[in-house]
Amino acid sequence: MSHAPLRQNLDPRDLLDLDAELSDEERLLRDTVRRFVGDKVLPDVADWFDRGVFPREMAQEFGRLGVLGMHLEGYGCAGTSATAYGLACLELEAGDSGARSFVSVQGSLAMFPIWAFGSEEHKQTWLPRMAAGEAIGCFGLTEPDSGSDPSSMRTTARVDAGGDWVLDGAKMWITNGSIADVAVVWARTDPDGPDRGAVRGFVVPTDTPGFSAPVIHRKVSLRASVTSELVLDGVRLPASAALPGVTGMRGPLSCLNEARFGILFGACGAARACYEAALDYSLERVQFGKPIASFQLTQRRLVEMAIAVNRATLLALHLGRKKDAGTLATPHVSVGKLDNVRMALEVAREARSLLGANGITLEYPVIRHMTNLESVYTYEGTNEIHTLILGNAITGIPAFG
Amino acid sequence: MNVVVCVKQIPDPADPGALDPESKTLKRDGKLILDESDSYGVEMALQLAGDSGEVTLVSMAPNGEVSGLRTALAMGAAKAVLVSDDALKGSDALTTAKVLAKAIERAGSYDLILAATESSDGYTGTVPEQIAEVLGLPSVTFAKAVTIDGTTVKVDRQTEAGYDEVTCPLPALVSVTAGVVEPRYPSFKGIMAAKSKPVDQVTVADLGLDAANVGWAGAGQEIIEVAQAEARQAGEVIEDDGEAFNRVVGFLSDLKII
Ligand SMILES: Cc1cc2nc3c(=O)[nH]c(=O)nc-3n(C[C@H](O)[C@H](O)[C@H](O)COP(=O)(O)OP(=O)(O)OC[C@H]3O[C@@H](n4cnc5c(N)ncnc54)[C@H](O)[C@@H]3O)c2cc1C
Ligand SMILES: Cc1cc2nc3c(=O)[nH]c(=O)nc-3n(C[C@H](O)[C@H](O)[C@H](O)COP(=O)(O)OP(=O)(O)OC[C@H]3O[C@@H](n4cnc5c(N)ncnc54)[C@H](O)[C@@H]3O)c2cc1C
Repeated sequence: MSHAPLRQNLDPRDLLDLDAELSDEERLLRDTVRRFVGDKVLPDVADWFDRGVFPREMAQEFGRLGVLGMHLEGYGCAGTSATAYGLACLELEAGDSGARSFVSVQGSLAMFPIWAFGSEEHKQTWLPRMAAGEAIGCFGLTEPDSGSDPSSMRTTARVDAGGDWVLDGAKMWITNGSIADVAVVWARTDPDGPDRGAVRGFVVPTDTPGFSAPVIHRKVSLRASVTSELVLDGVRLPASAALPGVTGMRGPLSCLNEARFGILFGACGAARACYEAALDYSLERVQFGKPIASFQLTQRRLVEMAIAVNRATLLALHLGRKKDAGTLATPHVSVGKLDNVRMALEVAREARSLLGANGITLEYPVIRHMTNLESVYTYEGTNEIHTLILGNAITGIPAFG
Repeated sequence: MNVVVCVKQIPDPADPGALDPESKTLKRDGKLILDESDSYGVEMALQLAGDSGEVTLVSMAPNGEVSGLRTALAMGAAKAVLVSDDALKGSDALTTAKVLAKAIERAGSYDLILAATESSDGYTGTVPEQIAEVLGLPSVTFAKAVTIDGTTVKVDRQTEAGYDEVTCPLPALVSVTAGVVEPRYPSFKGIMAAKSKPVDQVTVADLGLDAANVGWAGAGQEIIEVAQAEARQAGEVIEDDGEAFNRVVGFLSDLKII
């Protein structure tokens, strides 16, 4: 046991000295993304949010940085550790959940299934261009009547007489749908066909006749991100369009696990940005003749926020190390997604109120993060769904239906 | 075209720095990072070397520090020579220049050496010219633009009034000012590749230098005393009564600015 005298000082932005847990390489990667976000995201993101856009050029910027599909090997991808991918998500989401969502969808939901389950031709055609940000991907699982229970999907894929696949149906709430060059679409096959009604994944170029992707307007959350409907009206695809490597719900669910892993880091970034905004504000805002940070009540709020952010980041790092060691289990991801996003939303709300009236404007990042996190709370498995996954893991009794 | 870039690894300016009361010099025992001033030289070197040439880094730093070198390698430099030796503690600028000159000779054949005009921590702004002198090369300072034309380098050299166009034969040493180019982000592929790029770590003896002539022993300068900088005085507030501009003009001409 060490009896070295305890250090008295700490970094208010890194209470638990988690920086020391990172390797030099992870730190360089994190600092690079942080600088990128400072240069390319933060100056304009309030304006993107205000106008409800996400500029397409950002795709190439992300590509040059190497963040798209960064944790995949080969095909133009950097092949970093999972922890490094998580840290990149954290820094991106400290900018905006929209920027992180773009990267999650591209890397974990669109590139990952092609990389893990696609044919060599799928990989060669799409992955290098997607890694460079020249081609954008989206992931179509959710439907108007099928959300938390995706296996109830109604989109169909049937094989016609010539051996082609024909897709019919509609997907809803699809990130990047309207700006995508390729969609990974999940559809139910014919019960009488060779796949016996199992769900299959399809690589659908978005210029295929019968495919359209109208934008969903009037969102109040995740506004710096494109969300769309996908309409599949007799979309005819060659036999080779189906992902050969997977059949059944395991396909989409394994993608979701990848993306959720990034989100449980990302949420820490959004929460950190809110905490830091609240800390800075409370040190400057004077009421009753003192900075509001001088009041005990304010200090408690700041301390609770700081502890919450640091604890969540510690959890994220722990799960990152487990993923890199190959010991991560699905319920672990549920713990992280459930608890870290809930934490982030609570911190964002607290920070919002700490900024008083200024907290409701886009001049400060807080309300943007706060409303964004409502989407993050819902997508990739709601709080309830992850509770049910964990309930099942703990009791052995599934309570989903 | 092969370019050697001098890169200094310095204590993170974001952390509060401290002087060692014994030696009266900056404490360098913590983590060191790439001096931002040198990121411009690295970027310019990468642009000048292009696809056919190679960028080599040279650095002198304590404790075998490579963090800053890894950053520059991740940006795209091919390899590095690092001089690290306890004997170097206390080296003054001239010794630093002598050591770096040896390291540059070790780095292989080169057409151009780049350095920053001054570092962010020591900022004597003297090391690059001393390196050039030791190597017997021409040196051009305060470069804001650098182009290569066959066997000569053309430099737009920043002056108080504008800039001079200077031409000089290669090989030469050029020191660049901050902000001349936009340093690229290290790409993730670059970061992954940087791990396996060679860093040739050497001691004073490896460079054929005598430990008795470097460090404290070799320093021609001595720091007698360090003192707190005087606290900044409160500024003078001039209320505009319609004639304030005259007072501002008077103030500026007293300072001989106009
Ligand atoms: C901005 C945004 C982007 C999105 N991007 C994508 C995308 O790119 N691709 C994609 O496929 N999908 C995407 N989604 C969809 C998202 O994954 C779904 O919204 C989510 O799965 C929830 O489905 P739902 O909205 O239909 O809600 P529902 O499933 O209808 O749930 C409504 C409520 O009921 C609760 N609930 C449901 N079942 C149970 C139960 N068994 N027990 C207790 N409570 C239950 C839920 O927790 C929730 O509170 C996105 C959503 C948003 C908001
Ligand atoms: C009177 C005096 C006494 C000093 N005594 C000591 C001492 O006892 N101990 C001590 O540690 N320091 C001491 N220093 C500081 C020491 O001179 C510098 O750390 C070192 O020599 C580099 O000087 P600089 O940072 O001012 O370089 P500058 O001339 O400002 O640097 C210009 C550029 O040269 C290159 N360069 C400079 N140094 C390096 C390097 N190490 N590796 C690679 N490239 C480099 C970089 O491109 C840099 O941007 C002393 C300085 C003075 C003025």
